[in-house]
This record gives sequence, structure tokens and C-alpha cells, in this order.
Amino acid sequence: MSEQVWPLYEVFIRSRGGLSHRHAGSVHAADDQMALDHARDTYTRRSEGVSLWVVRSDRIVASDPAETAAFFEPAEDKIYRHPTFYDIPDGVENL
Amino acid sequence: MTSEQALTAYILRLGDSALILGQRMLELVAAYPELEEELANANFALDYIGQARMFYTYAAEREGAGRSEDDLAYLRAEHEFRNLLLVEQPNGHFGDTIVRQVLFDAYYLLLLEALTHCSDERLAEIAARAEKEVRYHLRHSAQWLLRLGDGTEESHQKVQGSLDDLWRYTGEMFAADILDDTLRTSFDGPDLSAISSQWLTDITAIVEEATLTLPQQQPMATGGKQGRHTEHFGYLIAEMQYLPRTYPGVTW
Repeated sequence: MSEQVWPLYEVFIRSRGGLSHRHAGSVHAADDQMALDHARDTYTRRSEGVSLWVVRSDRIVASDPAETAAFFEPAEDKIYRHPTFYDIPDGVENL
Repeated sequence: MTSEQALTAYILRLGDSALILGQRMLELVAAYPELEEELANANFALDYIGQARMFYTYAAEREGAGRSEDDLAYLRAEHEFRNLLLVEQPNGHFGDTIVRQVLFDAYYLLLLEALTHCSDERLAEIAARAEKEVRYHLRHSAQWLLRLGDGTEESHQKVQGSLDDLWRYTGEMFAADILDDTLRTSFDGPDLSAISSQWLTDITAIVEEATLTLPQQQPMATGGKQGRHTEHFGYLIAEMQYLPRTYPGVTW
């Protein structure tokens, strides 16, 4: 392994048309195009997708684990925000 | 030689170049400096092996002599292989490998494109499948050539050296022999002189963008298409054929 480590990129794959991109993992690469190639060669070898996004990991703004309570717990007791009071018609997928 | 026999020999030759390049690249498995490039190289190598299998299977069927794809790969001698000299050249350093891939793939892509329009349906289908793989390989390798050529002073010098060293093996790709001529005249196959000028245009663009210099005109090494190989070749097939020759008929 080389001593100098290339920047990390996060990889997102759209598995088929109509679905959103999902985080699949990460790759190291020296530049954007190389990151795209590496994502293709590492994560789509078994026909996993039809579209790829890569983004430098250090460009992602993430929530602070220490603030998890303030960020997410207020939503927990607000059940009226969930669409659980509706019947979902048969045949509706990926809702 | 009838035109049908020439077609069979031509398909076998396509298989030889694909197999030998794949074998060369497989020598690098577990030796790459980066995990992602390691995967890419192994993927690409297996693409070539897969292409070789399709060409060999078809050639063996056409030949009708009871030989299998494995017989063609593992039980033929050095002089029976008709691959290009370029693909048997050693991996050398990373720049050598990349230049070999770019020079060959830029040619191979044009050849496959032309073969998708040939009158032999099955060969056209195999070419169409291989073309998609090779288009990506070329994209990947050409980007590396740009990075190395337009990189540091050392990488620039090294990869310029690779280009100068390997250039002499490019002439053979466009030196049409009776098989190439038969393909063109009897099966609407590739026109090597047209491919040659397109290849030079494509390669010149990549080389200039990489801030490298195109090597000067020079005498070209030929012979691979006739079974006369460089000294490296015997070692390559000795390793490749070791297992089936030591344990004849061995299976998984």
C-alpha cells in the first residue's frame, strides 16, 4: 500500500430508474473522474446500478452525534406526522 | 485457404490477442498499489479472458476438429499463437502497463466497432459485446496516461519512455495480411488503413493532452500475426499452460 492516502469519496448508486440514489460505501481516489471509475469498478460489478454519484467525504456536512437528542428525539412523540392512518392501495411500491 | 477457413483463423487470432493480454494483466493481481485499481485491473483482465472464450468457442465450432476452447488456450505451442506482439510485452512499471493498454485498446476499440458491421452475424455479436467493455477500459487507461504524462516531472519522463519503447509494436496492428484482406473483401470486415489513420488521430489527441511527444517514425517489429514472438512470450505461456500440461484433463 502507498504511504500517501488518496482522499475518500462516498459512493451513491441508483439501482434502477425511478428509485433514488443510495449510499453504497466509499472509495479512495486522486481526483473526481478516478473516483467515478473506482466506484464503478468496486460497486457495480454485479449489475447493481444504472447511475452513480460520488462526492468527496470531506464535503459532506453531517449532524453531530452529540446532538442526536436535540436533533431527532422531538419527532418521536409526534405520531400525527406519520401516514399510518391511511390504507395504502395494493400495488404501490417503494412508498 | 478458403475464405471460410480464413475467417476461422481470423477469429482464433482475435482470441489469442485477448487471451494473452488478459494473462499479462492477471500477473498483476495482488500486486497493485491501490485496492480500487487492483479491482479495476482484475475486472478488465477477466473481460479480455471472457472475450477470448467467446472467440475460441466460436473458432473451435467452425474448425470442427473436436478441439475445445481450453485446448486452444492451453495445448497450443508458442508458434501457433497469433496474438500481436504488443499484448505480450511485459507489464514493466505502471507507466509501461498503461501505455500498452492505451495503444492496444485505442486500436482494438476501432477494430471491434468495424467488426460489429461485418457480415458474419455471430462475430458481429461478439464484437458488439466486447466493444462496450473495451470502451470503458480505454477511458480508464487514457485518464491514467493524462495523469502520468501531465503529472510530476518523474512520471512524465517515465511514461514518455514507455511510449518510446512500445511504439515499435504498433505498426503490426495495421499491417494487413491475407486474413485481414479476406475479412475486408469477403465479410465486410475492418479496413485497416482507415483504422490506422483514425487510431493515429485518437492517439495523437491523447498524447498531446498528456503533454507527451509522439515517437518519431521508426522501423516496426512484426511477426506476432505469423506466430513469431518476442522472447517474453515463451515464459508467459509456460506459466499459463503449466497446470493443464502437468495434470492433463484436470477439472475443478
